[in-house]
Amino acid sequence: MEKLTNRSVPVDRSPMTFGEKIYLPAIFKGLTITVGHIFKKKATVQYPEQKRPFSPVFRGLHVLNRDEEGRERCTACGLCALACPAEAITMEAAERKPDEEHLYHEEKYAAKYEINMLRCIFCGYCEEACPKDAIYLSETLMPTHYSRKTMIYKKEDLLIPHPKKQSGQ
Amino acid sequence: MLLLQIDIAFIIEKLILATVILLGSLGIAMYATWGERKVAAIMQDRIGPNRAGPLGLFQPLADGVKLFFKEEIIPDTSTKALFILGPSLAMLTATMTSAVIPWGPDYVTESGRVIALQMADINIGILFIFGVVSLGVYGIMLGGWASNNKFSLLSSIRAAAQAVSYELALGLSLVALLMLTGSLSLREIVAQQHGFWADGYFTWNFFKQPLGFLIFLVCSFAELNRAPFDLAEAESELNMGYHQEYSSMKLGFYLFAEYINMFISSAVIATLFFGGYNFPFMDEVLAGVGQLWFTVICVLVLLTKAICLILFFMFVRWTLPRFRYDQLMKLGWRSLIPLALVNMLITGLVILYVLK
Repeated sequence: MEKLTNRSVPVDRSPMTFGEKIYLPAIFKGLTITVGHIFKKKATVQYPEQKRPFSPVFRGLHVLNRDEEGRERCTACGLCALACPAEAITMEAAERKPDEEHLYHEEKYAAKYEINMLRCIFCGYCEEACPKDAIYLSETLMPTHYSRKTMIYKKEDLLIPHPKKQSGQ
Repeated sequence: MLLLQIDIAFIIEKLILATVILLGSLGIAMYATWGERKVAAIMQDRIGPNRAGPLGLFQPLADGVKLFFKEEIIPDTSTKALFILGPSLAMLTATMTSAVIPWGPDYVTESGRVIALQMADINIGILFIFGVVSLGVYGIMLGGWASNNKFSLLSSIRAAAQAVSYELALGLSLVALLMLTGSLSLREIVAQQHGFWADGYFTWNFFKQPLGFLIFLVCSFAELNRAPFDLAEAESELNMGYHQEYSSMKLGFYLFAEYINMFISSAVIATLFFGGYNFPFMDEVLAGVGQLWFTVICVLVLLTKAICLILFFMFVRWTLPRFRYDQLMKLGWRSLIPLALVNMLITGLVILYVLK
């Protein structure tokens, strides 16, 4: 058969020499290699104490953003839900009342905003689709849960803390 | 009535010694499991257990507690009595061998009483060890057979055949040593290896019987069912081997017995070939520090030798791949036994014509 590359090495099928047959030099050689590994640098990252930095394009848990005055940016336009390939996002829009101007950035807001984290594939298309810079994928890792119910994140779970309220609620 | 006089102090002394040796070998076996995991980790550039206590030192305790609280399952189709007898026998034989090892030199109290740091100085010490070690095969065989599981049975057949064929070479390699020492008593053998250098040659048997030592070492790997000869627990072929059906502390006994065996055989190798508790310049040390500290140092020296050998066992385990069964048998019958016979012949000739 014609060779594709010239890198292949023919298998050595010559009978073993005496040194190879008694096997001890090979054991000794192997031992020097493994004992040498005692002094090598360990590859382990001790996770909870040490964390490796994420890549700059890392896509973690979603957050819903607020503007400088702490008002929700989301206008419930539904573009994120449309862009979502996993159909993880649902929302219900509502109209802002005159006395709610300190709560919502625009006249329309999301009364209900849910992301099903069991469906989400963290592709980041929602972030790309959002015309109001309202949804972002943060660097937080997705935590695990015991039930399917709690895996559906409500608006309260997703909103970032109010910048002016101290309690972070 | 003189024969019936019971020396209470003697009984108490032996009881204390037995307790200390038993607990000591259990403790060392416990930490050998920790050491094994650490060695494995370090050789693979990992860190190993480090969460339970400083350096993971409480890990063996956690493992033991876990094994104790696991559910005890005895399979319906097993032979119950033998199923229980298997691990008990394995544990019993593992701890029995330590009785004839001299752990230190005799300690003479001020009243002239001699306290021997050896459970029983029987004049056939080595034969006793061989007897108990070959009894240890029954633990594996009974356990494997009583489980009524084909993998366990195959595994125990393997283990038994391996142990029987390597015991031959083990014994033959020791015959050459015994021809040199002229005694079967371990106490006598250790006494002959006093110090490190005498009459222009090393006193330790390792330097007198290097080939015998090599054969003995290889065979003890096989006797211990340890890698590269751990065919009895070849996971890829036999699942878990002879302890497939075991759970809870019965499984723990099997695993534990293996580590005790490793410690004891390390101690036996140290005793037979590396001078036991002897170390260079021991007479000067005895004159310098007094008898009590000298005894302590001697015991520590023997333990250090044994621990170094345990570490060597571990290094080999994490270096070499497992043998194939036919290769194992070939090595035992076609290489080690003839080699041991040749070694015997050479030793005989040397004794006859060189040493006179």
